[in-house]
Amino acid sequence: MSQPSADVRDANATDAPLQAPLGDAATSAPAEAPANVAKSIEARDLDIYYGGFHAVAGVSMTIRPNKVTALIGSSGCGKSTFLRSLNRMHELVKGAYVDGKVELDGRDIYAAGTDPVAVRRQIGMVFQQPNPFPTMSIYDNVAAGLRLNRRKIKKPELDEVVERALRGAHLWTEVKDRLDKPGSGLSGGQQQRLCIARATAVEPDVLLMDEPCSALDPIATVAIESLIAELKERFTIVIVTHNMQQAARASDYTAFFNIERSGDPGRLVEIDETQTIFSTPASPATEAYISGRFG
Amino acid sequence: MSASSWTWEDHRVLPTWAPWAAGGAGVAAGLLALLAGVALVVAVLVGAAATVVALIPWSLAVEGSRRARDRMVTLTVTGAFALAVAPLISLLYTVVSRGIDRFDGALFSESMRGVVGEGGGVQHAIVGTLVITGLATLASVPIGVMTAIYLHEYGRGGRLAKAISFFVDVMTGIPSIVAGLFAYALFALIFGPGVRLGVMGAVALSLLMIPIVVRSTEEMLRVVPHHLREAAYGLGVPKWLTIVKVVLPTAFAGIVTGVMLAIARVVGETAPLLITTGAVTSVNANPFGGRMENLAVFAYNQYSNPGVPRDPYIARAWAAALTLLLIVMVLNLVARLVSARFGVRQR
Amino acid sequence: MELAPERAARKPEALASGVPQRLGDRVFSGVAKGAGIGILVVLAGVAIFLLIEAWPAITAPAERIPGGEGLVDYIAPLAFGTVLAAVLAAIIAVPFAVAIALFVSHYAPRRIAAGLGYVIDLLAAVPSVVYGLWGVSVLAPASRDINAWLADHVGFLPFFEGPASVTGRTMLVAGLVLAVMILPIITAIAREVFAQTPRAHEEAALALGATRWEMVRMAVLPFGRSAVISGSMLGLGRALGETMAVTIILSVSGIVTFNLISSSNPSTIAANIALDFPESSGIAINALIASGLVLFAITLAVNMAARAVINRREKKEGR
Repeated sequence: MSQPSADVRDANATDAPLQAPLGDAATSAPAEAPANVAKSIEARDLDIYYGGFHAVAGVSMTIRPNKVTALIGSSGCGKSTFLRSLNRMHELVKGAYVDGKVELDGRDIYAAGTDPVAVRRQIGMVFQQPNPFPTMSIYDNVAAGLRLNRRKIKKPELDEVVERALRGAHLWTEVKDRLDKPGSGLSGGQQQRLCIARATAVEPDVLLMDEPCSALDPIATVAIESLIAELKERFTIVIVTHNMQQAARASDYTAFFNIERSGDPGRLVEIDETQTIFSTPASPATEAYISGRFG
Repeated sequence: MSASSWTWEDHRVLPTWAPWAAGGAGVAAGLLALLAGVALVVAVLVGAAATVVALIPWSLAVEGSRRARDRMVTLTVTGAFALAVAPLISLLYTVVSRGIDRFDGALFSESMRGVVGEGGGVQHAIVGTLVITGLATLASVPIGVMTAIYLHEYGRGGRLAKAISFFVDVMTGIPSIVAGLFAYALFALIFGPGVRLGVMGAVALSLLMIPIVVRSTEEMLRVVPHHLREAAYGLGVPKWLTIVKVVLPTAFAGIVTGVMLAIARVVGETAPLLITTGAVTSVNANPFGGRMENLAVFAYNQYSNPGVPRDPYIARAWAAALTLLLIVMVLNLVARLVSARFGVRQR
Repeated sequence: MELAPERAARKPEALASGVPQRLGDRVFSGVAKGAGIGILVVLAGVAIFLLIEAWPAITAPAERIPGGEGLVDYIAPLAFGTVLAAVLAAIIAVPFAVAIALFVSHYAPRRIAAGLGYVIDLLAAVPSVVYGLWGVSVLAPASRDINAWLADHVGFLPFFEGPASVTGRTMLVAGLVLAVMILPIITAIAREVFAQTPRAHEEAALALGATRWEMVRMAVLPFGRSAVISGSMLGLGRALGETMAVTIILSVSGIVTFNLISSSNPSTIAANIALDFPESSGIAINALIASGLVLFAITLAVNMAARAVINRREKKEGR
């Protein structure tokens, strides 16, 4: 009961040529070429619905490879919903559907016949609550993605992947002596880094983070932020945050979402380089939100 | 006392030892009555009355009527609890004291083959109980767990799921004797009237077990945090693997507990087996090989149809009851331990 | 999962092609669905097979039914006894169950409350045949004096008319044992809901200067009322179908009477089946199965009513 079709598609997707996305809001493309080229995401006229409820309307944005893009905005503005639509996690809610396109390096993740499960293997996710699997050890948690996807993998190879993922998540030295202990025994910050290791172990192209620090204390938050700065060498990162300082510190681009009245769909107000958004935003709404929160 | 001059210093309460003192007085009065030679029931009533008489007028005088009423209710609910524990203690004492006579090696190493009067044992009944209950468990657990998975993970809110959920509730209420009649009716259509087989008993018991397994499994699936499923989906794990590798292991202890409680519930069933598996005196481990003995039915038959002399039959009945009670209590205890030790830690 | 995948795709022509479902998902969800449908089939089977086997008795001439008076006259006294025993048990058990549930949820020290609840749950674990043996050998003899006293002093009530049974194997004792058996069911449901009383309601009452009992009356009892009702009905349903305790305890004579303490009592449907089935053959079996069908119908009605109460409450609370 393997899934050959999905694997073939994955392979094709990896071979697809990188299309340079042309954003309308962003000013200039980054100059330096990163070591590992991750993929870009292009959303075009994306509308998201939960049954009869129109949650997000008309979002078009380019998410650049090997950059951190922060999504900010008040509660209920649709930024989390938009994030989840980037790997089709929002479909877990009954009656959810989208209108528009989301392209990963030019390949539409909503194209007919596309398997959302395969999409999620390429676009991983880290959640608000650290959520290691309670029945699994630290080692098994990191290996879970590879094992559950039923790729036959040899033990030494798996050891290597687990170590690399844990090192990449700055967790290796803290847990290397207790890899067989349950992941739920770690502190909140460690658990979240374990979840990041788990998400990166399957080598996705994009990492979505839904308020990854909101359940953590300030010290653990700083640790995750510095981790994010390193992870963008290998992945394209999209992060939803309520914390303006965090968006300012950790991201390269910032997108501001807003909602005019409750019941209206959330809309993308603007996206630009983070520095620009926080110094000279184009929209007065952005300025009001940022100064209200920042000042 | 006018409202304006009222302070809490006027509001005096009984010392904290007051209820204990009253209870002590009640116990003392009860013991005295017992010494005076009245029946146990009467002595308990005397003790309860003495407790009320010691506490309530005192409270009324010092604390006023609202407090006194409160104390009366406290005494009442405490007394109700104590009274409900009384039959449990009496029952355990009776079963142990009367069953211990024949709770010996022979009970477990011998059957009733060729036994008239004294001697004999329940080996054949234990074998039958194990086979029948084991078969019922083998049938109910997969059906029950898969149905719960359908109800909670796939069919939620759908019309089919609602119908199944409703009829699972209906099944919970099926009297056990009706389950036995069903098994009989089913097999009588195939094998003709008067048929008695071990497997018929297993069918009847699984009818009683399935709804318990479905409900307890569903309850456990509900406790598995949603964010664990999301974590798996986020890794690109298909839904069925998420259920098999993440959800079920997390809920495993709870499901095991539910299954053990379901077994405990049916292992002592008498009525459906009385009319499906019948009774026999020798060991029969073949569920398709005719009549099969069972502990509960054995206890009932020894008690209700004793031979002459009567005593060995009655003693065997109590020994079988004690065995059954021990099995049920151990199952319950282990089930609680499993859920306490390995249960899902909720945040 | 992937609900409504065809709506996730935008183009109408995509609807036809559909999303390729994984084989694993398809097989697994299919098996799960099959198990659920299997349960429906089995239940339909219960009704159908019972009807098939009861049919000969339903169509048979009256004189061939045991008793010779026809099926209705055969079953009616049994149904009366069934309802009498169950209602008696419920009347005894409900006040106790409410008091015990309150004790465990609001009165007992918090540290030991869970343990005390478990003690009551143990009552539910005892097999019914053991209850029967205990009832007939402990409770019945102990009830003789009480029966006699009741007959002497309140004998003007039809329930205690007497003459008092000398064995104690009376409807009163059967009802008492049934009450002990259904007590844990009602207690468990009431206890759980009492414990869910919103803290805000309780604290609001206490902040008004209410005593604990006043708080219970203002906040806990109104909140738990429908749970007590539905729990009682589930307990009643259980008592209606309970077989062995009644079979062992009651000395039956097939009459219809409200007299609870005499030695001649109406039998119940379940007890009658357990007593007669092993020795019966032919049309008598069919008549017993027909009576089982009636019992099934009665318990079904009571249980469905209980579920309706529960569901209405859950809907009201938006759960």
